[in-house]
Amino acid sequence: MKSSVIIFPGSNCDRDTDVALKKFGFKNQMVWHNDPEIPKSDLIVLPGGFSYGDYLRCGSIAAKSRIIKSVIDFANSGGLVIGICNGFQILIETGLLPGTLLTNKYLKFICKNVFVKLNKDESKYFKNIKKNVLELHIAHNDGNYFCSKDELKSLEDNNQIAVNYCGQNGEVTEEFNPNGSINNIAGIFNKNKNIIGMMPHPERMIDKCLSSNDGNFFFENLFKNLK
Amino acid sequence: MKVKVIVTLKEGVLDPQGKAIQQTLNGMNFSDVKQVRQGKYFDIEVNIEDEKNAKSKVEEMCKKLLANLVIEDYKIL
Repeated sequence: MKSSVIIFPGSNCDRDTDVALKKFGFKNQMVWHNDPEIPKSDLIVLPGGFSYGDYLRCGSIAAKSRIIKSVIDFANSGGLVIGICNGFQILIETGLLPGTLLTNKYLKFICKNVFVKLNKDESKYFKNIKKNVLELHIAHNDGNYFCSKDELKSLEDNNQIAVNYCGQNGEVTEEFNPNGSINNIAGIFNKNKNIIGMMPHPERMIDKCLSSNDGNFFFENLFKNLK
Repeated sequence: MKVKVIVTLKEGVLDPQGKAIQQTLNGMNFSDVKQVRQGKYFDIEVNIEDEKNAKSKVEEMCKKLLANLVIEDYKIL
């Protein structure tokens, strides 16, 4: 199973993601943003970080980089694409995922562990995963998911809401909304469920010494689902 | 020629920075300040002399890169 992690100037979770993917059996390759094409892959990951220093809007410059055309082609032909944190912002700026990510409601950079509830229904990402709620890490300034009412309805109707911020027991309430996102949205799928963008970082949670290893559930399950 | 563009958040989109600026101004005794919306300003120099052509090119840039049309409006000055 081959995966590719794309490195943009300012990516900083690329190597963590590389470690996480390899831990669970992926043959991962690192791909530079200025390469003309993605090498043959079963999965592409756009990692977290601050591509291009968040200039203009988070992810907007990376979304126009040379490699992106082949990422869009790959995604449109059904290939699996994950965007984590800045990767999610980049996917939104490419138009592969709807809505946008605004500055956090209270203007603070949030860096902490949160609980998230997974939509396990249909996607290769979460199907058969052992837990409903994972403890993952968030670290962002612009993670406040926003979209129009019509867009939200369409997300709900198509079962595209992938991850919600919640309490330890899966309570999706305002109390557990860290950044002001509509309906506690932490991550979404595209309509076909082959693309996922999410603010939480599973790759930061793959070892007990990193305060939680719930990210293991995600990567282990993903590898099994793809095999 | 030079083309100027202003990008602002659409009405109804939360602008926490604008809100913080407004509250700070109020706190500085500018009590008349009712609302502040923060935006971005671009000064773009293009190798096109015809104003109409230049502006239509810049409009394309606004749609493709400079503004996020989900939440922002642009104005070409």
